Amino acid sequence: MIEVVSDSRCVRCDICVKVCPTDVFDRDADGLPVIARQSDCQTCFSCELYCPVDALYVAPLSGPAPEGSPHRDEAALAASGALGAYRATVGWGGGRRPGSTRDANYRFTAGMTGQPGARPAPLPEPALPPPAGLGEYGA
Amino acid sequence: MSSPSLPEETTVLTEELTADVLVVGGGPAATWAAVKAAESGASVVLADKGWCGSSGATAAAGTGVWYVPPHPEAREAAMASREGLGGHLADRRWMARVLDQTWENMHEVASVSRYPFPVDERGEQLRRGLQGPEYMRRMRVRVQRAGVRILDHSPVLELLLDAHGAVAGAAGHRRQADRPFRVRAGAVVLATGGCAFLSRALGCDVNTGDGYLMAAEAGAAMSGMEFSNAYAIAPEFTSVTKTAYYSFATFHHADGSVVEGAGSTRGRSVIARTLLAEGRVLARLDRADEAQRRAMRLGQANFFLPFDRLGIDPFTDLFPVTLLAEGTVRGTGGVRITGDDCATDVPGLYAAGDAATRELICGGFTGGGSHNAAWAMSSGTWAGRGAAAFARALGEGAHRRRLTPAGGVGLRPTGTPGAADGHREVTEAVRREVLPYDKNLLRDGAVLGPALERLHDVWAVARAGLRGHGKDAMRARRAAAMTATARWMYTAALAREETRGMHKRLDRPHQDDPGSRHRLVTGGLDTTWSVPETGAALPVGATAAVAAGVAR
Repeated sequence: MIEVVSDSRCVRCDICVKVCPTDVFDRDADGLPVIARQSDCQTCFSCELYCPVDALYVAPLSGPAPEGSPHRDEAALAASGALGAYRATVGWGGGRRPGSTRDANYRFTAGMTGQPGARPAPLPEPALPPPAGLGEYGA
Repeated sequence: MSSPSLPEETTVLTEELTADVLVVGGGPAATWAAVKAAESGASVVLADKGWCGSSGATAAAGTGVWYVPPHPEAREAAMASREGLGGHLADRRWMARVLDQTWENMHEVASVSRYPFPVDERGEQLRRGLQGPEYMRRMRVRVQRAGVRILDHSPVLELLLDAHGAVAGAAGHRRQADRPFRVRAGAVVLATGGCAFLSRALGCDVNTGDGYLMAAEAGAAMSGMEFSNAYAIAPEFTSVTKTAYYSFATFHHADGSVVEGAGSTRGRSVIARTLLAEGRVLARLDRADEAQRRAMRLGQANFFLPFDRLGIDPFTDLFPVTLLAEGTVRGTGGVRITGDDCATDVPGLYAAGDAATRELICGGFTGGGSHNAAWAMSSGTWAGRGAAAFARALGEGAHRRRLTPAGGVGLRPTGTPGAADGHREVTEAVRREVLPYDKNLLRDGAVLGPALERLHDVWAVARAGLRGHGKDAMRARRAAAMTATARWMYTAALAREETRGMHKRLDRPHQDDPGSRHRLVTGGLDTTWSVPETGAALPVGATAAVAAGVAR
């Protein structure tokens, strides 16, 4: 879900208010987009992708991030390079090459339903040994 | 107007628009319909619930496209490979025309929209896939350049009918301006997507079956609603679905032992059973080699976002997965198509994309992204042209027709209106019946029957008292549409007393009885029905009454 709107980065262009397909944002008195209906956020990352100044962060969780979560910490997210990372991958923004030119998804659809080419086959066995420690998920 | 109008229409000035063709929706099918209607000379309004360009299941994802060169052997293989999987319900003639149309449209994506395709070592464009954000951003630009008036954030709430029962426009609410609107049109294309019941599957929360309900209220029937139990694999607590990549996964119990038989294609029910019994299934994409890992990174651009942002390396770390309902978005049910121009049972109403049935090319088995993407651009093209031709034939009188609103449930309660947030209760009641794996995915008549009865009860309560005003009208109608969709799904699932395509009945494991190789036509509002398709057109507007006598 959308978690961060950076006041300092935001240029009040309203693009996120417009492009959000589920109408999550409102504008406050100063024109800053505010997360007015977070529960409607479908975690599609569109607002973050369209933001021209990398002011938004969508946490990859379908529910709200808890208080104190790193997914709500603007400074930490900026420092880690998370802000704007998706936009860079898609290749939007000045001087970037569209990510679609590097799209290799056709390899995974090749050979399906009569399409040309051969689909890559998964390895017959896992390349890794059976899991030993399961970490936080083993409990 | 002869019927009672909505209360808010009397207090807030309604925005009145006129067009030859109204397109409802904002995804691939809607944008192709709008472009092709405009190129046919029609004036076009496109009204989308969200924002045309980011709306829908395609815009947020990456999709393959059923794009096959026009070589007889390749086309033959493409068609033959699906027939058995789809339970022999697809139609070769429709498959061939979709392959032809898709070939043409993908050429336009390259030449008109200048989509930046990848190229192979010889410099040839590889056109078998599209990245959603790039594709839909360019489709929006093309729609605008075609002179189409786009209404974003403008959910259509109901269709408007003329005195003969033909569809002659629609009414809705512009939610960011908080103002009702009405479009008089010669013809309407419904391209509102499928129904995924707000499951949070990537990009699908705008797909709540709205078009199905509006079509049924106008007198249209559905087809293939039993093929509505698609579920996608996603990391737990996230929205990002990309089931194809999980063919490179191994699946584990919480103790680390391998879940035998689990897989992304045939073994999805094993994953569902394990989730039901144990509450957790772990996955690891450890059957991908280095080259495949790199290729995955360059496929769907947001597949790795959850992993990168949660600090998981999906190739070496175990991570918990879940199955998210994709209903008819990846199923094949939708509004029944009655002509090559994607006409429906109702004059003036056309359907395209996931709002329409995809049985014609997929039968009863999901086409994944590839078939649906090809269907969206093909059916959108035909529906746009068909609607433009219908409007042209009406001539000058088209916009002088007297209009009657067709909407019922959620707009005009038959009893005392309930609480303003009544949509929440309706939505949750429906989701309780359609999301659980042990109801919808692992189907059994003994479970579906009582579930359908409860859904009928939800409908009865909603019909009597559900009503939303202004901005909330969209939520009330969305809840109503999901209720209607769920009832048609289970009515059809009970009527198909066998296993075929994705519809697997645990109590009817027998597959592909040649005597049952027919599609099921389903519909009805207060009473639902499902009957075998006979080939003859159903009587317009009377389908419910006629068929109810047969079915129940």
